[in-house]
Amino acid sequence: MKFSLRIWRQPSADAEGRMVTYVLDDISEDASFLEMLDVLNEQLIAEGEDPVAFDHDCREGICGACSLVIDGQPHGPQAATTTCQLHMRKFKDGDLIDIEPWRAGAFPVVRDLVVDRTAFDRIIQAGGYISAPTGTAPEAHSVPVPKQDADAAFTAAACIGCGACVAACPNGSGMLFMAAKVAHLGLMPQGQPERHTRVLGMVAEHDASGFGGCTNAGECSAACPKEIGLDVIGQLNRDFRKAAVRAA
Amino acid sequence: MNQASEFFTVGEAVADAKAPAGPIAERWEQRRFSGRLVNPSNRRKLRVIVVGTGLAGASAAATLGELGYRVSNYCFQDSPRRAHSIAAQGGINAAKNYRNDGDSVHRLFYDTVKGGDFRSRESNVHRLAEVSTEIIDQCVAQGVPFAREYGGLLDNRSFGGAQVSRTFYARGQTGQQLLLGAYQALERQVGAGAVELHTRHEMLELVVVEGKARGIVVRDMVTGDISTEMADAVVLATGGYGNVFFLSTNAKGCNVTASWRAHRQGAYFANPCYTQIHPTCIPQSGEHQSKLTLMSESLRNDGRVWVPKERGDDREPADIPEADRDYYLERRYPAFGNLVPRDIASRAAKAVCDEGRGVGPGGLGVYLDFADAIGRLGEPAVKAKYGNLFDMYERITGENPYERPMRIYPAVHYTMGGLWVDYDLSSNIPGLFVTGEANFSDHGANRLGASALMQGLSDGYFVLPNTISDYLADGPFEPVPDTHEEVVAARKAVDERIAFFLGNDGDRTVDSFHRELGKIMWEYCGMERSEEGLTKAIGLVRDLKDEFWKRVKVTGKAEELNQQLEKAGRVADFFELAELMCIDALHRTESCGGHFRAESQTDDGEAKRDDENFSYVAAWEYATEAPVLHREALEFEYVKPTQRSYK
Amino acid sequence: MQPRKAAPPKPQSRLRSSIGLKIVMAVSGILLVGFIIAHMAGNLHVFEGREEMNAYAHGLRTFGEPLLPHESLLWVMRIGLIAAVAAHIWSAIVLTHRAIHARPVRYASKKPAKGESRHAVATMRWGAVVIVLFVIWHLLDLTWRTVNPVKDVPDAYGAVVATFDPSRWPVTVFYLLALVALGFHLRHGVWSAVQTIAGPNTAWRGRTQAIALGLAVIVVAGFAIVPLAVTFGLVS
Ligand SMILES: Cc1cc2nc3c(=O)[nH]c(=O)nc-3n(C[C@H](O)[C@H](O)[C@H](O)COP(=O)(O)OP(=O)(O)OC[C@H]3O[C@@H](n4cnc5c(N)ncnc54)[C@H](O)[C@@H]3O)c2cc1C
Ligand code: HEM
Ligand code: SF4
Ligand code: FES
Repeated sequence: MKFSLRIWRQPSADAEGRMVTYVLDDISEDASFLEMLDVLNEQLIAEGEDPVAFDHDCREGICGACSLVIDGQPHGPQAATTTCQLHMRKFKDGDLIDIEPWRAGAFPVVRDLVVDRTAFDRIIQAGGYISAPTGTAPEAHSVPVPKQDADAAFTAAACIGCGACVAACPNGSGMLFMAAKVAHLGLMPQGQPERHTRVLGMVAEHDASGFGGCTNAGECSAACPKEIGLDVIGQLNRDFRKAAVRAA
Repeated sequence: MNQASEFFTVGEAVADAKAPAGPIAERWEQRRFSGRLVNPSNRRKLRVIVVGTGLAGASAAATLGELGYRVSNYCFQDSPRRAHSIAAQGGINAAKNYRNDGDSVHRLFYDTVKGGDFRSRESNVHRLAEVSTEIIDQCVAQGVPFAREYGGLLDNRSFGGAQVSRTFYARGQTGQQLLLGAYQALERQVGAGAVELHTRHEMLELVVVEGKARGIVVRDMVTGDISTEMADAVVLATGGYGNVFFLSTNAKGCNVTASWRAHRQGAYFANPCYTQIHPTCIPQSGEHQSKLTLMSESLRNDGRVWVPKERGDDREPADIPEADRDYYLERRYPAFGNLVPRDIASRAAKAVCDEGRGVGPGGLGVYLDFADAIGRLGEPAVKAKYGNLFDMYERITGENPYERPMRIYPAVHYTMGGLWVDYDLSSNIPGLFVTGEANFSDHGANRLGASALMQGLSDGYFVLPNTISDYLADGPFEPVPDTHEEVVAARKAVDERIAFFLGNDGDRTVDSFHRELGKIMWEYCGMERSEEGLTKAIGLVRDLKDEFWKRVKVTGKAEELNQQLEKAGRVADFFELAELMCIDALHRTESCGGHFRAESQTDDGEAKRDDENFSYVAAWEYATEAPVLHREALEFEYVKPTQRSYK
Repeated sequence: MQPRKAAPPKPQSRLRSSIGLKIVMAVSGILLVGFIIAHMAGNLHVFEGREEMNAYAHGLRTFGEPLLPHESLLWVMRIGLIAAVAAHIWSAIVLTHRAIHARPVRYASKKPAKGESRHAVATMRWGAVVIVLFVIWHLLDLTWRTVNPVKDVPDAYGAVVATFDPSRWPVTVFYLLALVALGFHLRHGVWSAVQTIAGPNTAWRGRTQAIALGLAVIVVAGFAIVPLAVTFGLVS
């Protein structure tokens, strides 16, 4: 297959960036999107040019490293699929494909398609945990968890922290990521004691990091490769309201 | 006895000086009692470097932080949560005996020693089995959403052919959920100021001063700054080296650099040739292939493995009648059928493909057929059990496994070898500790399913925090100035290597070398090894290594995010490791676990172990000329070695 | 070592937090929805003729007299409305400002809207500007009569008929346009407010969306029918 690619090139965080066009031939339809970029990079190195930098690691849709906006869509056109699991057979021969980094003030570009997502780690530091120092745990079966709660908690906990939700949101909001963690921990009995401090701390950090507010556009959930539902944002709102009132 | 001796020399035997004697069930308690403690108010004065944020690293860093040590934690990803442990699917073992099916600490110990084909230490394995139950308690307290039953209690399943149900799981994402638990505990300590976290930092050298590990040289992967970080102890939790094969189920970033640099500074590398090949991976589709994807082993519970009886039968699978199919696992191993252990299933697949009966691109694949299961249970039931795996398969191959049998092929998955450690997880360099997949671990020659997660967390949460205090009790050690000759030398080595790569007037990309190295290793040091093949491989690896240093081309600068430069350093270390792996494989003329030696098989083609000559750990010391072999004899007091049989 | 607990944010910052603002937006929006529905119902009195309509308008002003002072109900409503509008616009401005800063560099390629409310979201902010302009005109026109031919305040009926006179068709067109903007605003706004306050689960989300759409249609139709009736001479 043959493709024209328009790729965001930016040598460093404070350098100017621009879209650059490359033409690529002889790509197998069985190649993944990142393997297609590997081929491009081999070609660029051969020509003595700097290869395109992009984040990736597991290449099986679980680490959350890969993060490309493809034709305006975070992780590309296929639903519930990370960039690394997207394959070229989803495109047409001869397509022109735009490739950009996540765009958000809280995720500054590091180089080319690589962005800095440490803001997500800071949100977790601000309360996205259960305080259970090693060695203090009671016997695992001492606290039963209703199956439907455990299942719902798992569904929320499946978030891979990729940031596609932020990239897709018209407000650049990190609400879906944060809500997924609040929902996961809030659904477990072990998460109850810190339920209120957790949500207040995380929301404060979210806002301080420069993410926008949520206006329920729902673009996040539509872009999420793990199909995290908007319900978690509903729960976040409820928890926040209760916590804010209680703290008042 | 060793034809390979031209490639190495033999040194003194090593022994694990820390392993306590006495009844096996009391050894861990004894060691915790005999080990010295550090006064809580002194812990603040002790700095520990932890490299790695996978299960083994994040759990150790969080726990040491909770205890009050000053911890610096490093990873090369942009977030600790992305360490490769995130990808583990199946589950984690623990001897809880929640099913009342006869499980116990002793049985888990027994199964693990036997599963490792009698090439692991009894004391270590027993401790692992003991601690396994605490891991589950700890993870549940952190809010890990394990699968549960309707009564609200934890669900268990049987995994990898185990006869008891002792595997805890969180759908097909157990590693993810366990790692997120450890990651959250770690971030809590970061928020508390107890742990300093350095993401996108790669360790490039170990600093050893006066015989003690005292620090590391790291590169800030964004700015390119090289710095030396000093501490009272260094912990490596840097994962496995399966990527020496280029294609493996490991994440692209997995590498051996941290371990290899430590090895070059004097740390022994144990059993490097022990590699686990996983039978159910999605086959390679072409030259562009960059990694292989594992499909959970649980698929073999319902899928039937077959190939056409005739070579070159290229009919569509649906058009091949029953009579023309060979269900070779069921035929060869009637007792276990499709559920034989990983190493056996993998080799059997290779055998039929070598006969020219493989299917799919390049004839490198066998069918895993669900037609019977769908007929028996109905499509909805199959979907409920394996839906997400089927979806994943379809995304990658574009084929619908409900209609067409899956194609699978074995792939490198886990490395049992690693840096040699004693019972305290200390390497032979005082102050250098190694945890998780990076050490040569508790799995012997073959790892059972669901036991790597167990080992990573056991090391990080429970073992290391208890054993490291015995070493740190002598600290804080004399501060080492940046101008110390060892520090200067370590930095210089790093600077020079980077300068070499960027200055080399080469014409071949790093990836092209890596791919070629991987092919050599897969061909000669993969599922089946022979003296002839390994000897040839050593030559090929050496030649390719020479060519690499002459022709490698790295673009860009040092002071920027430069992914080619990162790769070049890693591949350079893979070359040296590859040679040692081949030498280790060559010297071990027996077949055991993941290491199948063509010359050592029974009449019907099964692996033949040689306990008389090889019941030892091969701990290799680095030397510029030829590596030095130190043997650590293995003794079996509680589980008597027997030949494995799955007929 | 025990971790430092993140200090719970102060009440002031809780209100100004992204979720606090969202709740302010939702609550004030719901109040405005209530007003809009009452207002729409009131407007329909125009079909009962001049006497009835003016009597209704008079009734609003003299509600509770002589126990309560003149126009008390109206003043309570006005103060409530002003507060709701102020809160709504304040939170809208702060959130919009943050959204702009949250994406300093825009995407080069356009993305197909895939979210819950598709294009309605895109119309929220621009639509709001149209609504603001409209409200100002509306006050000048029918409340203060500054731009209305009928200056006699008690004659509400006359004012309505006069303003939508066929000769003043641009006024009617603007009115209808503003209504469409309002309709889009409500379609997303009502479901969004419910999501913010009640956080419905997946099953209810579809239903709230349907209700929001229905409400938007009713409001637009209910308001639009008056000027259309005047323009086409059904009311004169
Ligand atoms: C696909 C797959 C499925 C698996 N499924 C299972 C399963 O079901 N059950 C089971 O028990 N096991 C399973 N395993 C094995 C298990 O996941 C791993 O053995 C285990 O997670 C390794 O953990 P670790 O902490 O030792 O290393 P890793 O998780 O690999 O972490 C290594 C860390 O070291 C860091 N690092 C490495 N080098 C450097 C350097 N030079 N400088 C700085 N940082 C560095 C990395 O950034 C990373 O943080 C699976 C493995 C794979 C590949
Ligand atoms: C006066 C002019 C108005 C302005 C400037 C305005 C502005 C806004 C803005 C910017 C939003 C945020 C939604 C988003 O960006 O996606 C919003 C939401 C909303 N508006 Fe308005 N609006 C106005 C009038 C109205 C009116 C008249 C009503 C009621 C009939 C109303 C009801 C709502 C509701 C219910 C919401 C949803 C709240 C939420 O997001 O939870 N608005 N408005
Ligand atoms: S919520 Fe979805 S899109 Fe957002 S970070 Fe998590 S997985 Fe990625
Ligand atoms: S590379 Fe790990 S999710 Fe894509």
